[in-house]
Parts: sequence; C-alpha cells; structure tokens
Amino acid sequence: MALDSKIPKGPIKDKWTDYKNHIDLVNPANKRNIDVIIVGTGLAGGSAAATLAELGYNVKAFCFQDSPRRAHSIAAQGGINAAKNYQGDGDSTYRLFYDTVKGGDYRSREANVYRLAEVSANIIDQCVAQGVPFAREYGGLLDNRSFGGVLVSRTFYAAGQTGQQLLLGAYSAMNRQIGRGKIKMYNRHEMLDVVKVDGKARGIITRNLITGEIERHSAHAVVLGTGGYGNVFFLSTNAMGSNVTAAWKAHKRGAYFANPCYTQIHPTCIPVSGDHQSKLTLMSESLRNDGRIWVPKHMKDVEAIKSGSLKPRELAEEDRDYYLERRYPAFGNLVPRDVASRAAKERCDAGFGVNATGEAVFLDFASAIERYGKETAHVKGLNENDAALVKKLGQEVIKNKYGNLFQMYEKIVDQDPYNTPMMIYPAVHYTMGGVWVDYNLMTTVPGLYCIGEANFSDHGANRLGASALMQGLADGYFVLPYTIGDYLSDDIRTGAIPTDSKEFEDAENEVRKTLDFFVTNKGQHSVDYFHKKLGKIMWNKVGMSRNVKGLTEAISEIKELRAQFWKEVKVPGTNEEYNEELAKAGRVADFLELGELFAKDALNREESCGGHFREDAVELDGEQKGEAKRDDENFAYVSAWEYKGEPSDAVLHKENLEFKDIELKQRSYK
Amino acid sequence: MNMNLTLKIWRQKNASDKGKMVDYKVSDISPDMSFLEMLDVLNEQLINKDEEPVAFDHDCREGICGMCSLYINGEAHGPDRGVTTCQLHMRMFKDGDTITIEPFRATAFPVIKDLIVDRTSFDRIQQAGGFISVNTSGNTIDANTIPVNKHDADTAFDSATCIGCGACVASCKNSSAMLFVGAKVSQFALLPQGQVEATDRVLNMVKQMDEEGFGNCTNTGACEVECPKGISLENIARMNREYLAASLKG
Repeated sequence: MALDSKIPKGPIKDKWTDYKNHIDLVNPANKRNIDVIIVGTGLAGGSAAATLAELGYNVKAFCFQDSPRRAHSIAAQGGINAAKNYQGDGDSTYRLFYDTVKGGDYRSREANVYRLAEVSANIIDQCVAQGVPFAREYGGLLDNRSFGGVLVSRTFYAAGQTGQQLLLGAYSAMNRQIGRGKIKMYNRHEMLDVVKVDGKARGIITRNLITGEIERHSAHAVVLGTGGYGNVFFLSTNAMGSNVTAAWKAHKRGAYFANPCYTQIHPTCIPVSGDHQSKLTLMSESLRNDGRIWVPKHMKDVEAIKSGSLKPRELAEEDRDYYLERRYPAFGNLVPRDVASRAAKERCDAGFGVNATGEAVFLDFASAIERYGKETAHVKGLNENDAALVKKLGQEVIKNKYGNLFQMYEKIVDQDPYNTPMMIYPAVHYTMGGVWVDYNLMTTVPGLYCIGEANFSDHGANRLGASALMQGLADGYFVLPYTIGDYLSDDIRTGAIPTDSKEFEDAENEVRKTLDFFVTNKGQHSVDYFHKKLGKIMWNKVGMSRNVKGLTEAISEIKELRAQFWKEVKVPGTNEEYNEELAKAGRVADFLELGELFAKDALNREESCGGHFREDAVELDGEQKGEAKRDDENFAYVSAWEYKGEPSDAVLHKENLEFKDIELKQRSYK
Repeated sequence: MNMNLTLKIWRQKNASDKGKMVDYKVSDISPDMSFLEMLDVLNEQLINKDEEPVAFDHDCREGICGMCSLYINGEAHGPDRGVTTCQLHMRMFKDGDTITIEPFRATAFPVIKDLIVDRTSFDRIQQAGGFISVNTSGNTIDANTIPVNKHDADTAFDSATCIGCGACVASCKNSSAMLFVGAKVSQFALLPQGQVEATDRVLNMVKQMDEEGFGNCTNTGACEVECPKGISLENIARMNREYLAASLKG
C-alpha cells in the first residue's frame, strides 16, 4: 500500500482552515448514534475523550491505571509552549513552527507542525478557562520561561508540575462528561487487541485487571492515545506501567510503525545508582535556565572529586570545563536535548565523569544563586558584598522557582543541591517515533486513529522541551475532533457494531491463548529478568550512539532473548485475578518485538539526525567538526514499517518529506 | 551499609477474603533503594520460590501520579514527611528493623487485593462537581483577558497539587475526605473562572462525599501532617465557608 499523508493543498498557513471548511460534518442527532473508543487517558486521550463527548458522540474510555488522572502525562514538569508572544520578544506561529521543525532536525511533516503551532495559543486560552492555575506575574498576567533550542520565552508553566495541572484540567473535563453519562470510563482495563471488521477498526479486546475478565468492546472508530515506548530500555523516566502494547497490537493489525529509532535521551536525569533501580527520575529542562553544566578540565581533579578529597565547589573557575558554553556559545546550556546529551556522553566517555560509575556531570546553581542574591539584595537595599546574605537570598529565589525538583533530588540522592552541584546524566525520556498517521491522525488501518506521543508526526527526530504537552492537547482538543468527524460521517446509518461476529471471537481467542500460555508455562525466570536484559542490549547498542556492528549484534541478541522468553518465562498466579506479573509479561513480549524493529530501523538510517546518532555519520571538518551529519539526499523520509510476522521481515515504506516553507540546512546551535 | 529486614505484610486474596498479616525476610537492602524497590526485591524472591508476589499499586515512582499508597509502620506513605511511598528511601530504616505494611484502610476504600485498594470513590466526587463547565472547543476568551492576583493564583496552585492518593483519608480517625474535597473546591474558589458554578460545585461534591461513606472532619489535623504534597487545613476551612455560603443561597 502506498502511503498517502493526505496533506491538504494550498499555502501552509491556509491548509488547516481550508481543510476545516471542506470536511464532512455529522449532525448532532446522528452523533448520538456513533460510538468512539479511546484507549489511554493522558493529555491526548483525556482531552479527546472530553471533546468528543461534548460534541455528542458516545465515548468509551480505557486506562490501565486506577483512575484517568494517573496517566503519565501527570509527570511532565517544565511547561507547555504556545506562540502567544505575550513577552513581545518576536514570537509568532511561524517561529514556533520553524523552531519545532529545526529542533526535530528536519524529519517531521511540515503541515502537521504548522497546524500544531497554529492551535497552540488556543490551548492556553482553553486551559485557563478550565481553571488550570498557571504561574502568573505580579500584575496578574501569565508568566513565561525559556526552554532549549529556542531564542524566545514562550513556555507557560505551573511550577515544576505543569503536566499535572494540564492533565487534571483534561481529567476535570472528562469528569463532567462521565457525570453526564457521555463517557463510560473503564479504569484498570488493558487493551490487548484491535478488532477489524471489513478492514475497518471496529473495536478492541480488553482485560479487566482486577477480575481478569476478557471483554469485547465495539465502536465506529478506535483512538489510541497510549503514550510512548521508552520502557523498551527498562530504565527510563516513564512510569512503570507505560508500555507499547496497544500501539504494537495496532501495528500487528496493519498499522505501520514509523521511525521507531527516534528516541529522546534527556540530558538532565538523576544518574543510575545501582542494579536495584526500577526507574530514572528527570530533573526538568527548565533547570538549564539557571544551572550551568560542567566537568573538571583536568583528570587529576576528576580523581580528587571521585575520591572525596576535593569538593566540587572548591574547584577554581579556571579549572572547570563548562563544555556546553564552550562548544555552543549561541545557545550555551540551552541547546536542544539531543545535543546536550551527546555532549555529556562525550565528556564521560573521555573519562571526565564525576561520580563512582563515571557517568555523571555537574549541573551547578552557584552562579544563579549569587546573581539572584545580589539582585535581591540590591532591590531590598541590603549589602551586596555580604556573601552569606547574598547566598541566602539567592537560595530563596531558586527555591521559589524549582523547590519541588530540588526536594526530589535531595530525597533520591541524599545530597543538598543548594550547597553542592547536582549530578546528572542522560536517560531515556520520550519517543518521537510511533504509529504512522496521516494529516487526519488516522493510521493505515481505516477508523484507527493515533494521537499524542503514541504517533510519530510532529517532533521529527528530536522533540523540543515543552512541546509534548502542546502536541497531546492539540491532538485531543483541537485536531482529532474535526478529522474524526469527516470519517464518521459515513457511519451515520451503520448502527451499533455487534460484538458477536467472528472477528471479535477470533481476536478474543487469540488473546486468551497468549494469557493461558503465560500462566501455564512454568519457566525459570521472572518477566523482569527478561525486561532488564532487553534494556541492557538497547542501552548499550541502540542507545545514545549507534554503529553498524552494535546494531547488528543487538538484532540477533534480541531475537535470541525473545526465543528464550517464550520458552522460559515464569508467571505466577492465574488469569482470573489481579495479576501484575501477567500484565507485565504481555507488555514485555511486545517490547521484545519492538526492540528488534527499533534496531533494524536504526541500522537502516545511515545518517545522524536528532536523537538518532550514527558514529559513521559525523561532520569531519570545518566549524561543525564532530557534530551529527544528516543526509538529506538519501534519508529525508519517514520510515514506516509494515508488519509481516517476525520484525526481521518488516517491510519498509517511505514517506518522502518535502520542505517548502523552511530551507533544509545544517542544524547549528553554535 | 546494606540491611536485613523483617516485613509484616497484609495479604488478602481478593475483596471477599478475610486477609491476614504474613511475615517475610529480605536481606542485603541498599539504603539507596526506594521503598517500592525493596518490595520489588521481595517479589522477585517470592516468584523464584513459586509463591505469589505481593500486589501493590504504583506507577510513576516519582511522587506525582498518586497511584502508590501503603500504610507503613502506622503512617500513610511511611515515616518520612512530604513524600509518597515511592519516594520513601530505605535510608529511613536501619538494619534489623521490622516494618509493618498495610493497605490504606477506609470504608470508602475497599481492598481489592493485598495492599491495593479501590479509590474510585474519589473519582465519583470529582465527577459530581470538580470541574468548570466550559466546552473544549477553544472558543474561549484570550488567556490574559482576566488578570488573576498572583497570591490567589499561587494559592489555587497549591491546592491543585493534590495527587488524590488518599493518605488524608487513611490517616484520619474518621476516614474523612475533607482535605481532598477541600483542595479541589479551594482551587476553583480562588480563581475567577470558578465563580460561576461555585454554589452547585461545593454542594454536589460534599453530597457525593457523604454518599461514598467518608466520615466527618473533627479538626485533628492528621491529614495535613501525612499529606505528601503539604495540602493545608486552610482548604478545609475554605470549603466550610463555601459550603455555608452555598447552603444559605440554597
């Protein structure tokens, strides 16, 4: 099947408006006869569920957590971008569009990104109307901060809990519709398959995680808002339950999976401390507004710091290497995430890592504390030369801005980041790749939609900070409600979809077969045993820096591990009860397939772009020496993989990316 | 130094099972582990011995989703302050300790299995009025049209940081949900956008709270002490004022 992205014709700034003016609509009376299933209740799924219910559709929403409010969007810290230009610093729809395409290393679809930038301002209006308590200035207007990869302040925030506040906004909009009976909410339900009838997505099979009951649910369309697949690395900043299963089942039913190798490794996370670790914790990118990243210049100082004989703050300024400021003077500590992560790895690989494992760099707030302290002393008419006073005042300012993050750090690491620099290291955070969708956010399966992090469309090969929240809400509140109507207008006479058809029965039987296998297999190793092994392969060979040898090895090692998993996995308990190990087994089984496709995709893409860095694709000379080298001639396309059984048999389809409104050039932050 | 510990854990097969405390031993626990990572170690041990692992709720493991619970040594989220169980670290304990682990107990939080309880009563309270009835069409006024006093906005934010974990209910001798409900009522009461429906909101939410079987507030203040997000008793006082005003309006 040839890929048709269905991008509307016309100038980029008119595409979305023209599109909305010409789609088919469903009248309010007919909407009452149409059912929509939404899987996942994060920013994308939650906002879509609320909006479609408001429009009059019958929505059934599903989440595996005990409440829709727990979806992992809740953990997003820093903020949400919007081209409001409230700061008057030259922001515009075009500039947000440009920054996002450039930040994504020219591997996203122009038309989708422009639409995203276009609706971004509306998101802020909507959220304020819903009662989301964004940070404000003393005059009562909304405050902004800066994020990486841009030269304006367009990020709206609510302390370090922006995702929480936005998700609770979407959750409240959902609650209103649940109360009205327009959304039927299924908590603690996991989707285990998509059901296709006559080629169209018409339902899902779920497992009730409390009773183990397998259920059939039908609808006229199915929407996946099920998040990213970062947990394929075992250790990531994702929640423990975050998984690829819904997206992967869709893939197996015919939805192409796009750019699986585009993964965001976030530069500022708390380093791994030991084998017991179950997850990694992010320290928001907003900290790079005030924190400066450094390692010692000389190896002797690295050794002294590691042994404890030298305290980091005692090291003289001239003996420190603020490597981001040195390499990227224009953007300094606020370079995009992929660039900052690679630079940290480069220093640590060269032996300059500052903790016991050699995998940590400093994020230091001393300069900011001093700067803010002096400022406050000046304003209050106090002595600016009193070092102790300045420090105290400065620490108060920092506490107001980042208090919750500093507290999190202190609880985990048991060190006080006000008085000693934080230690940070990159960790898997977000996946730009995902289910392929067209301009309508529909997958290659008619009637099956994919929104938010679970799809691939807006962030290219690298996502800029504060853009994930923007995309999730844009898809759910403002894009899908239009595009899905155009599709559903054909279904006004269809009537309810029966669940007693052969298609539903077959899908259910297949699900049961797999579950039965797990609980009767009685192997030697727990699910986590395999998940951790997979994570190690992914991190070591498909992580921040990739080469042909490593990727080839990863493919065969994952294949072997998968075979071992299906022989030796051990799942205690039964099907007919709450059984977390059983749920985990199904998720890891899917990760074991995705992981191989991920490595295969990385092997195919013989260029470096965004989060995908190939050691054989770097600039060899000139000002950009050592930086990632993109190959637009051969790789300016989206890799969309078609399922054919084993991941090794997956067939590659290319969607060529055309850049008409932005000139393709080397992404420079120097 | 790594620790050896005795765990007394509530085991209950399902909602209709009676349930009992069972003793377990774990060894070589690193002080850098989180409490839930310590339970992961126990579960790995149980699986390898062909025993059933202990069921507990958890997800984000960074203190924000509100999924984890646990009543540890008689305190919701354990002995540390301002943290959820997933942020509680084993350095709070010492070698040889015995740790008692129970589910959050309340009539409105029935046990599902072992340490997992059903908190959907919280969702139903929110469904009764924890929202502003504005459609998500995007056709609202510009976000900066109505300035909001910074102090009010910050206070509304503080209320809105409630994670809905239920520690307040578990800590209260009356199993009252006043702190949880008060936080949501306060968030909207402090913002101009919340004024239009203020009367109905507080009446409907309190009515639902009572129907779910939560107890009354007798101002003991245990909820505030145990709240991992520091939601203050002010929220309860504000809700009471809102409720009184709404009742008078009728």
